[in-house]
Amino acid sequence: MIAHLTRRYRFSSSHRLDSAEMSAAENLATYGKCNNPHGHGHNYALEVTVSGHVDPATGMVCNLVDLDGFVEKEVLSRYHLENLNTLQEFAQLVPTTENLSVEIYEILQRGFNKAHLDGVRLEETMLNSFEYTGEEAKEKLPCP
Amino acid sequence: MVYLTRKAEFSASHYYHNPAFTPEENRRIFGKCNNPNGHGHNYTLEVTVKGEVDPRSGFVVDLKQLKEIMHREVLDAMDHRFLNKEVPEFFTQIPTTENLAIACWQRLQSKLETAKLYRVRVYETPDLFVDFYGEL
Repeated sequence: MIAHLTRRYRFSSSHRLDSAEMSAAENLATYGKCNNPHGHGHNYALEVTVSGHVDPATGMVCNLVDLDGFVEKEVLSRYHLENLNTLQEFAQLVPTTENLSVEIYEILQRGFNKAHLDGVRLEETMLNSFEYTGEEAKEKLPCP
Repeated sequence: MVYLTRKAEFSASHYYHNPAFTPEENRRIFGKCNNPNGHGHNYTLEVTVKGEVDPRSGFVVDLKQLKEIMHREVLDAMDHRFLNKEVPEFFTQIPTTENLAIACWQRLQSKLETAKLYRVRVYETPDLFVDFYGEL
């Protein structure tokens, strides 16, 4: 039996949206308030979905201690209470929540091997959320 | 094709223990969840069915019937129960959220007449949920 498990995490970061490929006027027109030179912050909510056969010995897709430990060490400790623009991955990349979703997916895809990664969903505010399930994904939802 | 989701809540206690493991292994793998006196959660069950909209009723499924089936098959058996001791599936399986989602699916699937069961989602807490789509 294959089950899909989703765990929800929270972190807070600041960022400024400003593209080196645009003029100052274009950046302001594109990003509006998000282009404020001093930056601003969000309380992000991250959902990580993994899937796999339920192990009959444990009843689990993967041990939550492993998933929580990995996300804490590799994702939350990297982004919580940081300014995203100061991080290496956003030196050349605008730290939109689209790009942040892809970065977090890639971190999990590279390093978490205890279950299959279905995808990540990132809420920037209660009104905006973004999902990434990898380049190959044809379907938005990780289901049949 | 339209997808319809009905939500219900139930509260139950459980603990995680595999008799094939040593006490030390049980504690290491299941941590606090291994406390034999159990602990509880307020679970949220979301049942999603899919089907064509009936042209006469405008319904995918009669919600009243779906609600009754969910109550009879799941809530009556699990609400305010100790899952390990009172729900037969968990006499032999560990009542993780994964197995709970599968058990809810198995209890509901054969009882639905018009609509097809698409997904069972069980929230153990607002920060942890499991989806089961009937995949073997």
